[in-house]
Amino acid sequence: MEPTNTEAPEYFHRVVDCQWACPAHTPVPEYIRMIAEGRHADAYMVNWKSNVFPGVLGRTCDRPCEPACRRGRVEAEPVAICRLKRVAADNKGDVSARMPGPAAQKNGYRVACVGAGPASLTVARDLAPLGYEVVVYDGDHRAGGMIRSQIPRFRLPESVIDEEVGWITALGPEMRLGQQVDSLKALLDMDYDAIFVGTGAPRGRDLNVPGREEARANIHIGIDWLSSVSFGHIEKIGRRVIVLGGGNTAMDCCRTSRRLGGADVKVIVRSGFDEMKASPWEKEDAMHEGIPILNFLAPKAFTHENGRLTGVVFEAMGWQTDAGGRRKLLPTGEPDQHFECDDVLVAIGQENAFPWIERDIGLDFDEWGMPVVDPVTFQSTNPKVFFGGDAAFGPKNIIWAVAHGHEAAVSIDRWRRGQDVRLRPPPGVTLVSQKMGIHEWSYENDISNDERRKVPLLETKKALADVKAEVELGFDRPLSLAEAHRCLNCDVQTVFAAPLCIECDACMDVCPTDCITFTANGAEEDLRSRLKAPAENLEQPLYVSGALKTGRVMVKDEDVCLHCGLCAERCPTGAWDMQKFLLEMTHAGGGAQCQAR
Amino acid sequence: MTYIAKPQFHHPELPRNALGFTRRDYEGRVSTLCAGCGHDSISAAIVQAAFELDLEPHRLAKLSGIGCSSKTPDYFLGASHGFNTVHGRMPSVLTGANLANRDLIYLGVSGDGDSASIGLGQFAHAIRRGVNMAYIVENNGVYGLTKGQFSATADAGSKSKRGIVNHDNPIDMVSLALQLGASYVGRGFSGDKSQLTPLIKGAILHKGAAFIDVISPCVAFNNHPGSTKSFDYVREHNEAVNRLDVILGRTPIHADYEPGTVAEVTQHDGSVLKLRKLAADYDASDRNRAMAYLQERQSAGEIVTGLLYVDPDSSDLHDHLHTAATPLNRLGDAELTPGSGALDAINASLR
Ligand SMILES: Cc1cc2nc3c(=O)[nH]c(=O)nc-3n(C[C@H](O)[C@H](O)[C@H](O)COP(=O)(O)OP(=O)(O)OC[C@H]3O[C@@H](n4cnc5c(N)ncnc54)[C@H](O)[C@@H]3O)c2cc1C
Ligand SMILES: Cc1ncc(C[n+]2csc(CCOP(=O)(O)OP(=O)(O)O)c2C)c(N)n1
Ligand code: SF4
Ligand code: SF4
Ligand code: SF4
Ligand SMILES: [Mg+2]
Repeated sequence: MEPTNTEAPEYFHRVVDCQWACPAHTPVPEYIRMIAEGRHADAYMVNWKSNVFPGVLGRTCDRPCEPACRRGRVEAEPVAICRLKRVAADNKGDVSARMPGPAAQKNGYRVACVGAGPASLTVARDLAPLGYEVVVYDGDHRAGGMIRSQIPRFRLPESVIDEEVGWITALGPEMRLGQQVDSLKALLDMDYDAIFVGTGAPRGRDLNVPGREEARANIHIGIDWLSSVSFGHIEKIGRRVIVLGGGNTAMDCCRTSRRLGGADVKVIVRSGFDEMKASPWEKEDAMHEGIPILNFLAPKAFTHENGRLTGVVFEAMGWQTDAGGRRKLLPTGEPDQHFECDDVLVAIGQENAFPWIERDIGLDFDEWGMPVVDPVTFQSTNPKVFFGGDAAFGPKNIIWAVAHGHEAAVSIDRWRRGQDVRLRPPPGVTLVSQKMGIHEWSYENDISNDERRKVPLLETKKALADVKAEVELGFDRPLSLAEAHRCLNCDVQTVFAAPLCIECDACMDVCPTDCITFTANGAEEDLRSRLKAPAENLEQPLYVSGALKTGRVMVKDEDVCLHCGLCAERCPTGAWDMQKFLLEMTHAGGGAQCQAR
Repeated sequence: MTYIAKPQFHHPELPRNALGFTRRDYEGRVSTLCAGCGHDSISAAIVQAAFELDLEPHRLAKLSGIGCSSKTPDYFLGASHGFNTVHGRMPSVLTGANLANRDLIYLGVSGDGDSASIGLGQFAHAIRRGVNMAYIVENNGVYGLTKGQFSATADAGSKSKRGIVNHDNPIDMVSLALQLGASYVGRGFSGDKSQLTPLIKGAILHKGAAFIDVISPCVAFNNHPGSTKSFDYVREHNEAVNRLDVILGRTPIHADYEPGTVAEVTQHDGSVLKLRKLAADYDASDRNRAMAYLQERQSAGEIVTGLLYVDPDSSDLHDHLHTAATPLNRLGDAELTPGSGALDAINASLR
């Protein structure tokens, strides 16, 4: 293999598994250390810069960082990264003085954001301080998008949304709330320099089976019903409730029902338990509240009497292999089952809808009715119009909406400056030695053996009594400290200087996880088979040095490195050093030389 | 020394041996030696050897004298018995322990100062008595612990870190061991664990006095130009005469060897030592020729490494003394005090 190019920011970035996996590339270990030090406000600001909604995300994020976390490969469970973010938000104190204010000078450019969800609000946050006049439209009367309308209050208190939406509205964008945009053409005719579409995926899929019309009064579309609950229009539901669907919306529907009078609430899913779209922790939370999940049952008809819903008929399903050898979910032929109920919530999927976008304005749509959007620049085929969040590529989640918003803001800024939007600003990167003494490092390198901590919950009886009572209580100080210490500081990189190595084997001998091998060079596949411990995780890179004195090379498998620094402590010549790698994404208006991506 | 305990986490794919232990289970405490010390690599090789031999930790006793090298038993086999004795006196303590309990495996760990200076006499007698042990000298040519004075194994003409030339003639521990009748003699280099680990395994399995001289650079006091025990010097002058594979009785033999290049030695416990020849004219079964060869290559400036001599039909001190098969420490009063009748019989036989 060629010697690893550690100058390219991608190499060390990849080693920080959580940051690499985070769509907004939040410097996770950096803020976790701050939490350990009790610097909650600093930890909050690191988050705020990257992901805009730390308090919201600390309670609701889909947390792609956690399955990626190195700790999960070394021990059973990843660091509770998401809930540590909440700790920063809950304990930050007053950070208003650290927040930017409106731009001192306007730059004369106007940007319209359609929708006031996390994607649009991120665009507004990134552009308003640069002097842009940002106008945000939303059909709803309150800003926040689905954060406000969909996510139930018992998972996300309104005060948290208010505070974090508030940091953005304080930057001075014009908030035109309660104003649905019903023609993009009309908007294009106004004097906006660019338009960002962040309208989400607002339509809930319906279930058209016999009885749907007749029993209409007690059959509700999940996301419409949830927003009615959020906005206070619905306060009650029947005693027996069936929720159809296996995604996160279904989990929110059933848990909300339990709080609005549903005593007998069931989730009934077409597929098996493991194939359900809901995150494992959401399923767990629902079951914890006494909600059974029934699998392999497909709804066939609604039963009704005198115009009132009486129940749902289900057909038994099972995995079968078809002629072509593919696994398919098909009826098993067993007798149908009837479940009685008073209300049904349909949560079987979400769709995009763009009835307000004309098809003759140079903005192309694909065969599925989705706008054609560049995945790097977020520009549509009408160069003035950018998309992001659920509106760009279908329903995802908040952190992706934020990441899209940052990139779209970069594009809008470059586009109006007449710069090539395909060229992207590189991230800001620093690499600093952590050495304080022969055996002292400026980070905590003593590896904790503790298991993942659970977030304490409100007593179920109390939780079910109030739809607004937050269920998770958050980590207290001892819990957050213990959890923070589980982080392995993957950003403190093992940096190797081949010319200093005397090949004494000390690093290889001391390494607790057999990461390091000195051996003859070879092709990657060959090298991976010859290391001190098998390097079978192909997702994880090998760090290869140039030729050493004996002609061999140093090969480090990054997979299960604990970042304990023992290799550097045992190295007599300082060939190994522990250096903190801090990567910050460049947002709109920042950055030096741009590169094609 | 590091301030942290070595993390318990190990590689998830780390193999387990027949006892269900990983290699990490054979480690000791984190080393307090200088970073990069050759002795730490020898400890790692001992750990690896014990793991590969499926050794039950409680069946081994590690004994040492005084010196950086003699401190190392703290850093491996943390669950085994240990006795850090007095400077140069490890061989007699080991001999005593071996006499009291012949059932344990004895590992003597010493330095060139500990065994070739103050303990030379002790070393000589333990070897000539054929004490059943694996005796490892971690040879760096200096007294590391007392800040780098030349030891008795320092080559004449080699230079100290401060530029002082050593004029005394060196003691070659390997030649000495051969001459004193050791039945298993090898030399390794701390910088080559693939050669060293099987040498240690073979020595542990060997019955009788097994001796290994391991060149082990002292990075603090003897790893400079002008030293003949530095990483660079040893790498340049290392002449391996063979490579050893130790095959346990029960393990099926997979490796294919070119005919005529391998000498097989079956030890008393059924383990097979496979010696892949690197020097065509070297014969590890002939003590006299081995001694001559060593002298010859040594005067040519080479450091001969490998398994230099092995006697598969070796015997040990207990054989010579006709001691009981039951370890002495497990004999009861009945066996130890046979009564006045037996005493009378002995006395009568001496009249
Ligand atoms: C029940 C439910 C629970 C969820 N839970 C989570 C969770 O826990 N964690 C998570 O990460 N994600 C969750 N999501 C997904 C998440 O809410 C969305 O992915 C995210 O909000 C998308 O952000 P966005 O900015 O793209 O659009 P949205 O948040 O959908 O905001 C779009 C806004 O645009 C407005 N709008 C639409 N059309 C127009 C128009 N023509 N004119 C004016 N305004 C318009 C809408 O009123 C809306 O306010 C959940 C979704 C649902 C449905
Ligand atoms: C009776 C006695 N004499 C002298 C000493 C001082 N002393 C301690 S270690 C040592 C030499 C150790 O040299 P070596 O065995 O080569 O070990 P190394 O440190 O080089 O590994 C000496 C002379 C002592 N501890 N006890
Ligand atoms: S251990 Fe810490 S730095 Fe490493 S991936 Fe997990 S959270 Fe990130
Ligand atoms: S920091 Fe060094 S010693 Fe620690 S696990 Fe990583 S490679 Fe091994
Ligand atoms: S002084 Fe020499 S022998 Fe002793 S620990 Fe340091 S390097 Fe090793
Ligand atoms: Mg010495």
